[in-house]
Amino acid sequence: MRGNKLSLNHKRSFLGIAFITPWLLGFVFLFATPLIQSIKFSFSKLTVDPSGFSLNWVGWSNFNNALFIDASFNRVLTESVRDMVLNVPMILFFSLFSATLLNQKFRGRILARAIFFLPVILASNAISAAEASGLINLVGDATAVNELGQSGSQYNVMSMVMILSDIGLPLSFVDYIVDAILRIYEIITSSGVQILIFLAALQSVPGAMYEVAKIEGATAYESFWKITFPLVSPLILTNVIYTIIDSFSGSTVTRMIFTTAFTTQNFGLSAAMSWIYTLIISLILIIVGYGLSKRVHYN
Amino acid sequence: MQSPLPVRKEANHYRVQKARGKAVDILYSLFRYALVIGISFIIVYPLIMKFSIAFKDKTDIYNPTIYLIPVHFTLDNIKMAMQILDYFPLLGNTLLFVVVTTLLTTASCALAGYGFARFSFPGSNILFALVVLTLLVPTSTLMVPMYLHFRSFDILGLVQLFTGKDGINLLNTYWPSVITSATAIGLKAGLFIYIFRQFFKGMPKEIEEAALIDGAGGVKTFLRIMLPNAVSPMITVILFCFVWQYNDTFFTSLFMSEVALMPTKVSSLAAQANALLPGLLGTGAGGSNIKADPNHVAMIIDTGILLAIIPLILLYMVVQRYFVESVERSGIIG
Repeated sequence: MRGNKLSLNHKRSFLGIAFITPWLLGFVFLFATPLIQSIKFSFSKLTVDPSGFSLNWVGWSNFNNALFIDASFNRVLTESVRDMVLNVPMILFFSLFSATLLNQKFRGRILARAIFFLPVILASNAISAAEASGLINLVGDATAVNELGQSGSQYNVMSMVMILSDIGLPLSFVDYIVDAILRIYEIITSSGVQILIFLAALQSVPGAMYEVAKIEGATAYESFWKITFPLVSPLILTNVIYTIIDSFSGSTVTRMIFTTAFTTQNFGLSAAMSWIYTLIISLILIIVGYGLSKRVHYN
Repeated sequence: MQSPLPVRKEANHYRVQKARGKAVDILYSLFRYALVIGISFIIVYPLIMKFSIAFKDKTDIYNPTIYLIPVHFTLDNIKMAMQILDYFPLLGNTLLFVVVTTLLTTASCALAGYGFARFSFPGSNILFALVVLTLLVPTSTLMVPMYLHFRSFDILGLVQLFTGKDGINLLNTYWPSVITSATAIGLKAGLFIYIFRQFFKGMPKEIEEAALIDGAGGVKTFLRIMLPNAVSPMITVILFCFVWQYNDTFFTSLFMSEVALMPTKVSSLAAQANALLPGLLGTGAGGSNIKADPNHVAMIIDTGILLAIIPLILLYMVVQRYFVESVERSGIIG
């Protein structure tokens, strides 16, 4: 028996490595190498010439430029982070809500699901860039469009603000809700994948649990908070992380990093900006991940 | 026998309760329909609007009584948008590009997912953690080095060794995307590896053992037994990958800014329409300064967007039923 000198375990592990080889090659050459290079770039001045590029070590000055000298980077960065903080809860709430809605049995459910996932197909930076110059936007800047839309739909937001603040909700919270309602299209279109993930989670909750709860006399409200929510909670973590990453991928910061590199040709500054940005995202992810994973219920 | 009164009372009570329960059910389902229809409307509304605009005549823009159904039907908008986009060659190009990258990504991610799910080798957990890391690091961090890397592409200095040149310039070819997708490092590939790994982890181990006893090697088991069973995650991954590649502007504008592809073309549609429209209408011949009517330009842009997303909508209509069902079984969740 030639070739069978290796034990079965060894053979298996070699086979496993063989299976992941394409990815491993890609990771080493197209992820790890650029990642290390980009750290190097952020500490140097990079000049591109026809034969390649040359590096001059400049220390922390790129980071210094990005944080303290560049006029808009700080502002754009904080704005992106703020938008993310506002968006994530809304998207999460909406997607969990839609997923529970779509998980119920009613006529036309298949059609409703197909429509709810349509935004996954249509979400595109290219289309939104082109849309920005489409028909509605010729009316003027965004505020004009908003006012026009409001008068067109004959719906007065102020009345709702009044009602909500009359109930006694704090004004900042009212602001948040109204903001969510006005941006409902944006929120719906960016929660397609999240709805999918929640729906898959809801499908895996055993139906017998609900039956037991019903026999014991639990209301639908109670069985949602005592059964559905705990079982779906691990996926809330997944969704929060996905939403955070997703909301950054098309943000103004990314665009700014892109133009800094390829329009103004300042590659070092761009690398420094992207590292500041990466560190901030990782910090947010670590805090959120740590905070949530303690509260998540695992089977 | 006692008086039948309490029994009747009880029956009545039940009847009332039943009726109340039914009323609540009906109310609730009405409420649910209102919600579902409302949200569906918000999603579909822009599409309906675009369809309406695409068939509208120019004169209809200024008629405030027209809301959705145009008075003067015309195909002019579609013709013009097609001309500006150079539609069919562009679509062919884009589809070829997207199909190739999708197939490569699916293949490499399925391999990696299977490798991570079913084999334990030294460092396999650390390596899988690195897969998740590729999802977390924003692509903009890798942008500049990747760009320079593909500008003078060279692995281990092999090209320099044989030709003496500093590597090959792969920018503005299909190669950067082909290479990244074949090595499972392209657009959101980490997510796809994750989906495949979750699915393969859920398959019963006995199947593989049976195949092993029957004399099938690892590769044969994968091709003959695991892959045919992995239809549902496959559809999820293929659909996502196809759509995201088709819509991607980040990598295409980074690596292939000069190759005519749908996303790059669509995002510059406004400038193109402004420049070309007078010529197409015959009013701006000879480079005169006549500008296109901005409302008309906007119509053309909306029509162009519709043309760009129509292939995706058609694809979605074909696979959606299967897709929506498969998601429930694809093991997106642990």
